[in-house]
Amino acid sequence: MTLLSGDPPRGRALQVLVALIVLALMLAPFLFPGAKALNTAAKTCVMILLVASYDVLLGYTGIVSFAHVMFFGVGAYGVGLALYGLSASWGALALGLVCAFILSLALALAIGLFSLRVQSIFFAMVTLAVAYAFNVLASQLSDLTGGEDGRSFKIPEILQPGFKWLDHPILGVQANGKLLAYYLVFVVAAAAFLVLLRVVNSPFGRVLQAIRENPFRAEALGYRIVFHRTLATCISALGATLAGALSALWLRYVGPDTALSFSIQVDVLVMVVVGGMGSLYGAIVGAALFVVAESYLQDLMGALANVAADARLPMLPGLFDPHRWLLWLGLAFVLAVYFAPLGIVGALKPAEGKGRPAG
Amino acid sequence: MSATGFGAALPRRRIEILPAMTPVIVALVAAPFVGSASTFVTLTAAGLAMGMMIFTMASGLTLVFGMMDVLNFGHGAFIALGAYVATLVFLPLAGWSASDSVALNLAVFLLAIVAAALVCGALGWVFERLIVKPVYGQHLRQILATIGGSIIAEQLMYAFWGPDQIPLSVPKTLEGSFVFGEAAIEKYRVLATLVGLVVFAGEMLILNRTKIGLLIRAGVENREMVEALGYRIDRLFIGVFMAGSALAGLGGAMMALYRGQVHATIGGEFLVLCFIVIIIGGLGSVGGSFVASILVALIANYAGFLAPKLALVSNILAMVVVLLWRPRGLYPVSGR
Repeated sequence: MTLLSGDPPRGRALQVLVALIVLALMLAPFLFPGAKALNTAAKTCVMILLVASYDVLLGYTGIVSFAHVMFFGVGAYGVGLALYGLSASWGALALGLVCAFILSLALALAIGLFSLRVQSIFFAMVTLAVAYAFNVLASQLSDLTGGEDGRSFKIPEILQPGFKWLDHPILGVQANGKLLAYYLVFVVAAAAFLVLLRVVNSPFGRVLQAIRENPFRAEALGYRIVFHRTLATCISALGATLAGALSALWLRYVGPDTALSFSIQVDVLVMVVVGGMGSLYGAIVGAALFVVAESYLQDLMGALANVAADARLPMLPGLFDPHRWLLWLGLAFVLAVYFAPLGIVGALKPAEGKGRPAG
Repeated sequence: MSATGFGAALPRRRIEILPAMTPVIVALVAAPFVGSASTFVTLTAAGLAMGMMIFTMASGLTLVFGMMDVLNFGHGAFIALGAYVATLVFLPLAGWSASDSVALNLAVFLLAIVAAALVCGALGWVFERLIVKPVYGQHLRQILATIGGSIIAEQLMYAFWGPDQIPLSVPKTLEGSFVFGEAAIEKYRVLATLVGLVVFAGEMLILNRTKIGLLIRAGVENREMVEALGYRIDRLFIGVFMAGSALAGLGGAMMALYRGQVHATIGGEFLVLCFIVIIIGGLGSVGGSFVASILVALIANYAGFLAPKLALVSNILAMVVVLLWRPRGLYPVSGR
């Protein structure tokens, strides 16, 4: 209980679901052999951290930010460029991470102080504009960032696939650097998730929720709204930066498509809303569902498209084209906003639990 | 709220001049740095044309936000849709577009932008009913719902028109430039500027000289009071929403012709620009967004010529500077 900060998943169904996902991720290298499955698992871990940190802002504080992926990118580029430019050492990794944290913090403070004083809707627009400019900047400053091509780099030796730390395989899995890298990603993501859980269940987190529910009342009670909102922005930005660093470390590559593109921001929004806003477990469910859907919904849709094409139905083959999978997730997203504002987590909650209206 | 005394006739609202002069000031400051007069004229004309197209897209967004407090993230989808609808007119009528007759060329251009506006207006109604109506008055869910709507709309556009770029070129006689001395001004830019001015004049006439316009302006200032006086503000709002979507489509069609190609990413790109413009102009102010569009486009053009790297963030810098000077935009709308 102390590990979960006294806030375990509510309801039997949710507990089972979350436990299954966490177990699957914990044992992924052994349960699902193959490079693709391991990549999917690592991506899920990174996304869980990214989505959870976003939920601190969106679900707990009620602020819509479109710059979350920018912080993710800062983390990815920070680590990536340090490893690329200096050396494939732990020192360079640490330096890159620290620089990324400082830059993220500065950006979050600047954006927060600049725009959180007024309506939160203003914040949404300003973050969108800043994130867009940052994205363009990263792809144009090609001397530094590698432009559209990005940068491939080496990571510290013991994390490389070629590094063997045991001669014989463990339970049929090669004991190489890839396995270590996966567990590094998993452990760091899990630890950061628990820290975020601690934050939202602290008195500070309660104030954030109070601000979300009724800013005027929270202010009347003596809480400085701008301070709390800005601090929440900073915490969430640091979480995203760490997720970005993990992502770069896993991919051994950093570029605009994997670290900064606006479609990642949209994905994160979908994951938070479908999983469940205002509960960090929603991040686990949402991210896992999304990554699985990304991999397997497309297969299903491909099959449906073929069926529709064989039956000579108009339009349907186009709508079921595997590339249109985001269409169906978009529909699920809108339906979730209308009918299940608390997402899957809210739907799985036991009936006596009080629903929290979002918005 | 400005304090106006009772009894005496209402003083005419003074329109501040300085914010409106900012584009001129920027042009004057930039002129010595640009150096050659012909380059300056070309840059300025290009900036005006770009500004007019941006204004066409942004004015609807600012009115919708001003009236109903709805920040429509689906606006970009209508920009892209307008561009695609233009291809529906241009591709079948390629003969008109390729002919030497100015009349046929202009006809196909007007047909395309009118079709784009009509289709986007009609779908704006659908969008308002399905996506926006259920979440009035709830900012967070509004933002999420309209983003979801734009995801769906974008994917549908990909499903109908395919994921590739569609080439689209301006009619034959509109290609090329007018040349004055050494300054060259593209013909299409002149046309775009004219269309933008017509849109602005039309909006200003409707807003300031008609009953509908009076109600819209009243609704921007104080929605509840208009309702209390017995007007069905929701119908008024659907009208404004459809008009805003139609303008987005019109602007999108013009911009696609200007670019020479159509792709759904045009929506997101110009949505960002529209947000910057309506923030600079003052949320809810049509006149403000007009000035801001020109300001942003001119700054982008001059910066692109003088310091290309700086141009990438010039919009953001312009926004920060304007907001430091006037925290609620160039022409703040009272009560907001």
